[in-house]
Amino acid sequence: MSLVPSDEQRQLADTAREFLRECAPVAAMRELRDGRDPLGYSMDLWSRMAELGWAGITIPEQYGGLDFGFAGMGLLLQECGRTLAASPLFSTCVLGASALQLAGSDAQKEEFLPLIATGGLRLALALEESHRHDPTGAAMPAVRSATGWRLSGVKQFVADGNSAERLLVVARSSGNAGDEQGLSLFLVDAGAPGISRQKLALMDSRNAARISFSDVDVDASCLLGEEGNAWPVLQQVLDRGRAALSAEMLGGAEECFDRTVAYLKQREQFGAVIGTFQALQHRASLMFAELELLRTAVRAACDAVDTNAAMLPLLASLAKARANDGSELITNEAVQLHGGMGTTDELDIGLFLKRSRVCMQLLGDSAFHRNRYATLRGF
Amino acid sequence: MSETTDFRASVRRWLEENCPASQRQPITPGEQYWGGRNGSFPSPDAQLWFERMRDQGWVVPEWPQEYGGAGLGEQEARIIKDEMRRLRCRSPLFSLGIWMLGPALLEFGNAEQKALHLPGIAQGRARWCQGYSEPGAGSDLASLQTRADIDGDHFVINGSKIWTSQADRADWIFCLVRTDPAARKQEGISFLLIDMASPGITVRPIELISGHSEFCQTFFDNVRVPRSNLVGPLHGGWGVAKALLKHERKLMSEIGVESATRAYGAVECAKRYLPVSASGQVEDAVMRDRLARHEMQMHAIGLTQQRIIEESKARTGTGLTALVMKYCGTEEEKRRNELMVAMMGSQGLGWEGEEFSGAEIDTARGMLSTKALSIAGGSSEIQLNIIAKRALGLPGVI
Repeated sequence: MSLVPSDEQRQLADTAREFLRECAPVAAMRELRDGRDPLGYSMDLWSRMAELGWAGITIPEQYGGLDFGFAGMGLLLQECGRTLAASPLFSTCVLGASALQLAGSDAQKEEFLPLIATGGLRLALALEESHRHDPTGAAMPAVRSATGWRLSGVKQFVADGNSAERLLVVARSSGNAGDEQGLSLFLVDAGAPGISRQKLALMDSRNAARISFSDVDVDASCLLGEEGNAWPVLQQVLDRGRAALSAEMLGGAEECFDRTVAYLKQREQFGAVIGTFQALQHRASLMFAELELLRTAVRAACDAVDTNAAMLPLLASLAKARANDGSELITNEAVQLHGGMGTTDELDIGLFLKRSRVCMQLLGDSAFHRNRYATLRGF
Repeated sequence: MSETTDFRASVRRWLEENCPASQRQPITPGEQYWGGRNGSFPSPDAQLWFERMRDQGWVVPEWPQEYGGAGLGEQEARIIKDEMRRLRCRSPLFSLGIWMLGPALLEFGNAEQKALHLPGIAQGRARWCQGYSEPGAGSDLASLQTRADIDGDHFVINGSKIWTSQADRADWIFCLVRTDPAARKQEGISFLLIDMASPGITVRPIELISGHSEFCQTFFDNVRVPRSNLVGPLHGGWGVAKALLKHERKLMSEIGVESATRAYGAVECAKRYLPVSASGQVEDAVMRDRLARHEMQMHAIGLTQQRIIEESKARTGTGLTALVMKYCGTEEEKRRNELMVAMMGSQGLGWEGEEFSGAEIDTARGMLSTKALSIAGGSSEIQLNIIAKRALGLPGVI
């Protein structure tokens, strides 16, 4: 386990920061929003990210990836968080690629991983069936058919679900909602007959979707891993997702914090720079302390994917809970300390706040992760 | 790499062979050995354990051998600490000399002072206390007024120091005194070593809300101290004091992490005092959430300490992370104590008597005594000032 980035990892982060500042500043995200872009991200940006190798960063070299490790992915997403750079990197290369790597057959890996690594295939994880994160809550039946399975039901809050070409669907081949046993994973063509997608206009202006499945026929070859036994894989996929999402949230919180501290040094009231007021200094210091602990937790979780899988569940929940609470604190304080301007659309602070609220719900809020942490620790 | 692994294995073997079983049990305050002229060992095993560690130089592994250490590097010392924690070995000697004065003497002391004082600390012969705060100089430490006037080969000390920890049992005190009343406040201060047996010193223990008296007020009435006891330059004591305070803060930020050797953890406490399901789950959801918050905070603090060490080894990072640790560690330790009292309910309120177990009374009094953690060594508010100034570059009054 290593809690400090290697030289290569630092170089990657530096390059990413420069690239994103240039090609995907917050202004770019604002433009997509104002233009009501149906995709919510720029395909041009996505292909340039893929050219840089980002799409294949965790994928083994034999499948055309860089095999750079998950800690590198965390650093990339952290930088994306700093500029609110929208892209299918998280949904495709964290959730999708992880599921394929962990559960896919050799044939499936050979078919899909090289495509993902070059940015040629976008995936999304269709898991939730209610408005609260519930990883074992899938009730969607996967019924045996002559050629494979038939899926019917509705999936909520599918991140990047509106643009993905294939969907990773969690469905139930046996048992009841809430059971760990009986879950199966399918890789389904998003354009298959019976699938209808409704883009959700969420406050972060990205492209989450609600997806309905009405007697969707899925070929036997689309099953990922063992029938009825997807839970061990799904858990790992979700934990990787939590670690990666926490990294993005850390980046957003860092940027919000830096902008706020800069504002404290510049804004004058009562004939003084407001950063000289102790009441505000202490609030800034408390945010700094929160950020430092969050940096550690994010690093530990991302590093655990590469080096310590046994500790991943605990560390992923630690990171996500901290990222949720830290983001909430810092975005709220950022608004408050920017005063009236903080509540305007003109200032970027609000964009960070809105993105953080979506991330806070994705893959588990703090109550979920504290509960899980307690269970994992045996109390 | 394999050298490190070999060293770790040999440390573990030595500890397993030499640390008596009784010294691998969680420790209570009454079982700590503090050394000094008046010190006594709480048990024969504690004495055996201390003497073995002393002879090995591992009481202060990083100090040079000539001063009673083992002359080891930072990494090897860390390994010893890690392994002691893993095997739950108790600290053989509790000492402000080791934690605070020693590092400052190694940095600022002259050869004679090091030879005179360091071996006594390493061998547990001299017990030290700290003379920093005064009744009128707490957070604003640099406004201290205890005077040291030069009279030939001596300083003559007049004034008083407060929160001198266990001064009633200490052999020596390291003190900040004003040697130049005319200079700007930080610039007229010197760092002095004073023998507590000197004529003119009186000590009055202070009873705290916990019922304990770990702290004293120490009065100096024309106390004569040889000029050779000055550490660092005359009027240059503030620099020594700041370096020493850094050691104190580091120490206090590690308080929570030492929990492995604590008699009673929050999780055990929850399981004993709260209803739990057949699978061992705490049934009260609110209490369980509080406990999870605490355990997660401790986990993050522990990992952050590890990150600070790794960053300093790799010479990366901002170097600013350490600034938050004293604040985070002490605030969380207070929270842990409040949580444990809350879980114990009325059993967590016992002051004394047979109706309460030792752990219950220790918890009740511990909750009270940990209030001092966020005050001593630079209060939480001072820590936040320091972060604002040093990490955030906010313009300040302090």
